[in-house]
Amino acid sequence: MHRSKRFDLLAQRDINKETFVEPWPEAGLIVADSPYDPAPSLTMRDGLVQEMDGRPHEDFDALDRFIVSHALDLDIAPEAMALPAQDYARMLADINVPRATIARLVAGCTPAKLCEIMRHMSVLEMMMGLAKMRIRRRPANQAHVTNWREHPALLAADAAEAALRGFAEVETTVRVARSAPLCALAILVGTQTGRPGVLTQCSVEESLGLRLAMKGLTSYAETLSVYGTEQTFTDGDDSPWSKAFLASAYASRGVKIRFTSGTGSEALMGRAEQKSMLYLEARCLLLVKGAGSQGVQNGSISCIALPESLPGGVRAVLAENLLAAMLGLEVAAGNDALASHSSIRKTAKLMLQFIPGADFIFSGYSAIPKRDNLFGGGNFDAEDFDDYNVLQRDMQIDGGLRPIREDEALAVRKKAARAIQAVYAELGLPAISEVEVEAATVAHSSDDMPARDILPDLAAADNFLNGESDFVAVIRALQNTGFSDIADNILEMGRQRIASDYLQPSAIFDADFRVRSAINDANDYTGPGSGYRVGGQRWNDMQAIPQAQSPAGFVQPHLGSPISRLVELGAAAKGTQQEVVLALGPAFGRAMGFTIGGLAHDEVLKALLTGIAGEGGLARLVRVYHSSDCAAIGYVGARLSGSGIGIGLQSRGTAVIHQRDLAPLNNLELFPQSPSLSLETYEQIGRNAARYALGRSAQPVAVKIDNGARLRLIVKTALLHRRETDEVRPETPPQELRYDWEPAL
Amino acid sequence: MSQYPLREHAAEKLRAHSGRPLHEISAEAVAAGEISGADLRTHADTLRQQADIAQANGFPQLANNLLRAAELTDVPNDELLRIYDTLRPERANYSELLRLADYLEASYGARENAEFIREAAAVYRERNLLRRA
Repeated sequence: MHRSKRFDLLAQRDINKETFVEPWPEAGLIVADSPYDPAPSLTMRDGLVQEMDGRPHEDFDALDRFIVSHALDLDIAPEAMALPAQDYARMLADINVPRATIARLVAGCTPAKLCEIMRHMSVLEMMMGLAKMRIRRRPANQAHVTNWREHPALLAADAAEAALRGFAEVETTVRVARSAPLCALAILVGTQTGRPGVLTQCSVEESLGLRLAMKGLTSYAETLSVYGTEQTFTDGDDSPWSKAFLASAYASRGVKIRFTSGTGSEALMGRAEQKSMLYLEARCLLLVKGAGSQGVQNGSISCIALPESLPGGVRAVLAENLLAAMLGLEVAAGNDALASHSSIRKTAKLMLQFIPGADFIFSGYSAIPKRDNLFGGGNFDAEDFDDYNVLQRDMQIDGGLRPIREDEALAVRKKAARAIQAVYAELGLPAISEVEVEAATVAHSSDDMPARDILPDLAAADNFLNGESDFVAVIRALQNTGFSDIADNILEMGRQRIASDYLQPSAIFDADFRVRSAINDANDYTGPGSGYRVGGQRWNDMQAIPQAQSPAGFVQPHLGSPISRLVELGAAAKGTQQEVVLALGPAFGRAMGFTIGGLAHDEVLKALLTGIAGEGGLARLVRVYHSSDCAAIGYVGARLSGSGIGIGLQSRGTAVIHQRDLAPLNNLELFPQSPSLSLETYEQIGRNAARYALGRSAQPVAVKIDNGARLRLIVKTALLHRRETDEVRPETPPQELRYDWEPAL
Repeated sequence: MSQYPLREHAAEKLRAHSGRPLHEISAEAVAAGEISGADLRTHADTLRQQADIAQANGFPQLANNLLRAAELTDVPNDELLRIYDTLRPERANYSELLRLADYLEASYGARENAEFIREAAAVYRERNLLRRA
């Protein structure tokens, strides 16, 4: 408990639900530049490496050996290691140095050298670097689609919606490992319903993952985890050689693979060997490259909360993304696991990948609610879709998604649920009922689905995995049940597997099944006017959020027919009595009929006149034609008034009490918050104006403060003002008005 | 040098692992029950072409991976899974790994994979990654 009420409040904020810790290098709790990290070095004799990063060859562990044999370009290495780290940093931030120039040299850099380059770079410079070094020109995004019920119809529907929203890859995983084949099947059918060419994977144990791929149920895999210390690697039950073999095994079946690394895993597994997270990640990335993986998902991934607990953690995560891109790897940049309780913090962190762009800005945007996310909860999820689309629209940045309409979503969800229902029926899997299809069509989460008997599903999944049936059977099932378009899409996925174009770096498919990779869509960014630019149809799609309204719609409800009892008499003259002149804007009670708060102009006039009369005052009405400005209107009223007191009133309802001796932009009382003004307030404004006119004192009218009014209504305010300005007649003098109505006193 | 993407520029030359030409793999053929899983698997030659493309575009490690993959296209699924398991830490002793390499080379002409496994065997021996006992 704090004594300060402010500190007490701050303690309740989301940011203070996080864990923050001071660095402890001995435990690997340091994001970069551990005092135990080695200095970069590479000694070669007769083309063989004698020593790397301070470690002689005879002390090399298995990882060092793999890096030296497979990752480092030893022809480039002498030149690469001789170039000062700061020169690399400057080249990365310099738009005039193309990516290829840097990539050639980086091929000869040791892990410690890579870290030393990062030491010279600010977050802004790293973002410039990532924009340039990202290997695919166009950024994209990956979704996570799971649900805790492992309901096939819901999986298919959510996968279809994710595909429709623009995700280029969809990843699922399972609560019960045995359900993997049917979950992979549902995702496959769902994505190919939503948008042809979306790649899919099912994250499970390596051998099972390979079996799913062999059956054609998945088209990519990114479960191949690597670690930066030998002991962690062994604890993960792999070696660089077994992982590389697995990569080749996947490729032999035409399956795209991406390795997984990321800061913090070694510290989490207690085997960091006193090294910084970034140094160990640099080792990982060289292992990934050496194994021949086309890409990596890094950016700390599931360990993200660990670097974020430490100083510089978010910067280090960007550094690891950049290092991967520099090494020519496709980068799925993290942003997947729950990283923060604070929406300010999670969004700020996202910007480091969102603004420069990554091959995949998320290595798993949770396209489902948190509760259904079997990866452990997404940092951004289905509830953030609209926010994300608005971020793209705000910054004109392609974040890989597009806004969709509800009817489009419902249509693909229903079709996907029906298609998986049909496939289940044809393949003899446990039936999916009409009720389940209907529920999946409109569902947000598992909670909206009827319970399903999991045991028959698991038994069917076992049979499906062990039987002969594969994706050819799925294609036939779809053909037999009237889903030939989905069947064609899955068949084309098979043909693409034969062509294997999507095994090249950073490959995705567009909706016409054209492959887009670092080979045929290579990033060519060299500053303004180059690289990927958001424009044309893509920009139109990004702008078209369903929430955007037509500007005309803001004005229409406030138009009206002229008030018949308000009649113009001719040019207004200066009065001589102790009156209040009520000066109306050019559209008031004519072209427009209602204030921004929806009050009828007729009623507003009655309220003001009732107030004036209530204090025993006299009122006269004029219309100002030469200006739509509230102060100007009020000032005209004051100057025409025998008492020198006028009220200015715009059509949108903004009012001012003016006095002729004041400067035009000064006033006695101003009521700018027109949406908050009620008829009672207008009557009180009338009363106060009358008291000023009669030389009495007045308590300023109390007005409700609404901090959100401007935020909500600024567009409408601007458009209503513009409509009134349309009625301005610069040459027309103020007109005397007759208003055939008397207040009842 | 093959033109990338092969699906677009070399479709007439592409064939599946089964030998069936790509153009024969139609919806009608699937409906007629003529297509099997092997008809939707990649051919070693295709992977070698993709390796050339990767090499020519500055991705030599990926090219090597694709060359190893090409050698593995004829290895049956179960065997592939078994080899992977054998390569995991502490699964095999030194001579078992060498025998595995010889077998792959002799049975499938998998020279690159054989060399790769021999290299692993040497490192495993030095770094205590062989099966104990």
